[in-house]
Amino acid sequence: MSTHPIQLEVNNLTTCFRTSTGNVTAVDDISFSLKKGETLCIVGESGCGKSVSALSIMGLLPPSGYVKSGSANFHNDNLLSMSSSQLERLRGNRISMIFQDPGSSLNPVMRIGDQVSEIFKIHLHMSKKESERKTLEMLRQVEIPDPESRMLAYPHELSGGMAQRVMIAMALVCSPDILIADEPTTALDVTIQSQILNLMIQMQSKTETAILLITHDLGVVAEMANNVLVMYCGQIVEYGDVKTVFNSPVHPYTKALMQSIPIIGEKTKRLDAIPGRVPSLNLLPPGCRFEKRCSEKNTNITSDCQEKIPPIFNLNDNHGSRCWLEKED
Amino acid sequence: MVTFVLARLIPGDPCKAMLGEKATIEVCEKFDKRFGLDKPISTQFFLYSKRVIVGDFGNSIRFSRPVTQILVERFPVTIELALGGLVVAIIVGVFLGIVSALKHNTSVDVGTMVLANIGISMPVFWLGLMLAYLFGLLLKDTIFWLPPSGRLTAGLSSIPFFEVWGWDVVSGTAKSRVLEFFANHYIFNALITGNWEIFKDAIRHMILPVIALSTIPMAIIARMTRSSLLEVLGRDYIRTARAKGIKNTNVVTKHALRNAMLPVVTILGLQMGGLLSGAVLTETVFGLAGVGRMLVEAIYARDYPIIQTFTVMVAVAYMLINLIVDISYGFLDPRVRLE
Amino acid sequence: MSKLGRVSKTLSDNFDEDLLLQEPMSVWKRTFKRLWSRRSGKIGLLLIGFIFLIAFTAPIIAPYDPQEVLIGKEIVKLKKREGPCIHMLGCDSAKPQHLMGIDGNYRDQYSRIIYGSRISLSIGFSTVAFAVTGGVLLGALAAFFGGWIDNIIMRLMDVILGFPSLLLAIAIVAVLGPGIRNALLAIAIVTLPAYARLTRASVLTVKELDFVKASITLGASPTRLLLFRILPNSLTPVVVLATLGIATAILDAAGLSFLGLGAQPPMPEWGTMLGSERNQVFSAPHLVFFPGIAIMITVLSFNLFGDGLRDALDPRLND
Repeated sequence: MSTHPIQLEVNNLTTCFRTSTGNVTAVDDISFSLKKGETLCIVGESGCGKSVSALSIMGLLPPSGYVKSGSANFHNDNLLSMSSSQLERLRGNRISMIFQDPGSSLNPVMRIGDQVSEIFKIHLHMSKKESERKTLEMLRQVEIPDPESRMLAYPHELSGGMAQRVMIAMALVCSPDILIADEPTTALDVTIQSQILNLMIQMQSKTETAILLITHDLGVVAEMANNVLVMYCGQIVEYGDVKTVFNSPVHPYTKALMQSIPIIGEKTKRLDAIPGRVPSLNLLPPGCRFEKRCSEKNTNITSDCQEKIPPIFNLNDNHGSRCWLEKED
Repeated sequence: MVTFVLARLIPGDPCKAMLGEKATIEVCEKFDKRFGLDKPISTQFFLYSKRVIVGDFGNSIRFSRPVTQILVERFPVTIELALGGLVVAIIVGVFLGIVSALKHNTSVDVGTMVLANIGISMPVFWLGLMLAYLFGLLLKDTIFWLPPSGRLTAGLSSIPFFEVWGWDVVSGTAKSRVLEFFANHYIFNALITGNWEIFKDAIRHMILPVIALSTIPMAIIARMTRSSLLEVLGRDYIRTARAKGIKNTNVVTKHALRNAMLPVVTILGLQMGGLLSGAVLTETVFGLAGVGRMLVEAIYARDYPIIQTFTVMVAVAYMLINLIVDISYGFLDPRVRLE
Repeated sequence: MSKLGRVSKTLSDNFDEDLLLQEPMSVWKRTFKRLWSRRSGKIGLLLIGFIFLIAFTAPIIAPYDPQEVLIGKEIVKLKKREGPCIHMLGCDSAKPQHLMGIDGNYRDQYSRIIYGSRISLSIGFSTVAFAVTGGVLLGALAAFFGGWIDNIIMRLMDVILGFPSLLLAIAIVAVLGPGIRNALLAIAIVTLPAYARLTRASVLTVKELDFVKASITLGASPTRLLLFRILPNSLTPVVVLATLGIATAILDAAGLSFLGLGAQPPMPEWGTMLGSERNQVFSAPHLVFFPGIAIMITVLSFNLFGDGLRDALDPRLND
């Protein structure tokens, strides 16, 4: 376990994909840092680039994707410039990742126990017997009932919640410094969701792992996050402490998101959806990407909104917004 | 039963086919009587079934020898050929498929796939003849020369292992048939008796036929392996395996391959049929006295006992193989087991 | 489920319901565009076109009649099974040009190969036409009516599939007697079950889709439904299989002819030509080489086209 307060520092990360219609920028110049024991949530709609950011950091982009520029420093080493063998040593060991659909993320022809114990063998160099013993312990820790027989089961014999527990177990075998969770609860029932989230919080308190949690569910953010990054169209539009961002959002997009959450107990006539659509990554406007749907356009600044992409304005120590309205004249 | 009916359906008189058109009626009557062909069909079937259960398949009309004897002599050739073809097709095919998939979209990949496409378009008999020409004639005085026909060079003969070891075997018995069956696999026989010269010679004679026969299945297997592996490599659990920090070579061998091989095993059963069919053509081209060629000749000669037996054998073998494939599929893919 | 069952299941699993609800015509137009953009389909189609061209213009481009025996008709005495004489490559211009040599009966092989294209193409298409019609019909009936009809039809298909295809074809030809017509019938029978199975699987899948049930509740008649909605949309895998089936048919027919069971001499079918000259391969390799190459190129073109078609029709490959 390391003693650095900052586990991961991402600077100006830009990731592109090669498509039949040209190169598309999925992640545009994002920067953030992740501290020890902290949970940082990246929240945004489907397609806003949050998953791609995580995959870029881990070096798990599909063949058509590539990192155009930027750095991701883990303890002062840039992950993006490492060789594959260096990365392989870190993955599953110091930095782990779990994915959205646990059913399809486990190898269907291997037993659960083997899939977990292979991590012990590879990274901790344990013998077969010891790995199996440790696997059993690990499965108990993630509260899988009857782990002895579960170990011999195949993934298709497990429910979604059970499978995700196995994924978490695999991720935490080596007590990693960072756990990246890409929409871990999206494919699960709501009741199971909270169980899994609680499990993650529990495990985190034991190991002080920093969690980078990616989700589109604001409820999950509220429950889990210390800090929040709001992404839209590949860019960060707001970042900050979760309480601040939720209670006093600054960016028009974040505000609209918060407004669209129905509040239990309050009577509402209609759900407040954000009008308009997310622009396609092939046809991005030259200026602010949220401009067309923005309800706070100020006539003084409108031309800037349409013509230039606003930079992130830092409002105070831990709060920022990418909006021309924050520009101080 | 199907084979019996099918065989009997063949129009044409075995008597005339054997003895020629000019055979007289009296001669044919004697002929029919001898082979039990004068009794009504239902009786024939009854007698046949009675004998089959005991293992007696009757005597070949053409050779006047027990069919089982002929089987014993001929089957091993086909087995050696088909087995060799299968093994080569699987090993080379899977290897090429894996290499192509891993070097996706490079010239290796494209080149291999072009070759595979050509491979499945070649008539096996043409390939055999061309190979025979190339290795049998053009390269005649070089070390690359390979014999274009037969199983052993003239003058050489394979001594059955039980003779070499001095076993006392009475010929004509069931036991002798079984032993002969195994001994007629020349390559195997030479191996266990340590007869190096015959071993090398037999193998040299088998090289060209096996190459010709295995080409089409090899190409199909290569294509199947490649597409299956490419698909598997794009799956979520491979991403998970990489996220666990497993080395790429291990990701492919330990995780991807086991999944990718499943559809390949599926088509193996289908390929066997093609191999058996191809064996007929290959045996004809290379002058190998195997089951396939025998079958074709028997059909020409209306040699019912042979046709029936061989067809039964082939059908049974085919069914057995498909059964094995089905079982091994359940073995390899745990999702199927509960069915 | 047997292997073919699994294969057809995967093929029909890939049905995109949106694709099915579209008008059949627009699907074809889109498919053609996609096909054209892929390399394999393009080459395949071009080659097929080339072969068709040769077949159609055979009488014009063949220098000799394929059955014409040339003894005594030439100024210079010809040797039996003489190798190719190509003037451009240095053959003495006093000798008549025979691009692919002379065969065992003093006929010009080049002309025979050209005419052989007609035979092979018609073999391919007629066999597949027969097998597809029969197979689709049986498969659709089996799937649509279910019950004992389904059972009987499928058992019959199983029996046919229980034998290796070429061997069964040989057996059938043996029963019927050698000859090209019987060979065609045999091959058609042997390849029919594949189409039956595929159609049955497709129809079964489509039958269960909601829009069919909805149409039935709205009062549509089952036969109309079958013919105009279900069948056209289930046919795409059949089309792919049929294209590849043409390739297989040509190969199988050549094989049968090679063994003497298919096209009989003097028909200039490539397999027959190969078969009758096979013992002369060492002295007259050109008589074996050229027919075989012709077979290979023709089969290759259909294989490539079929592959390209399969990729183009795959609903998963939507851009």
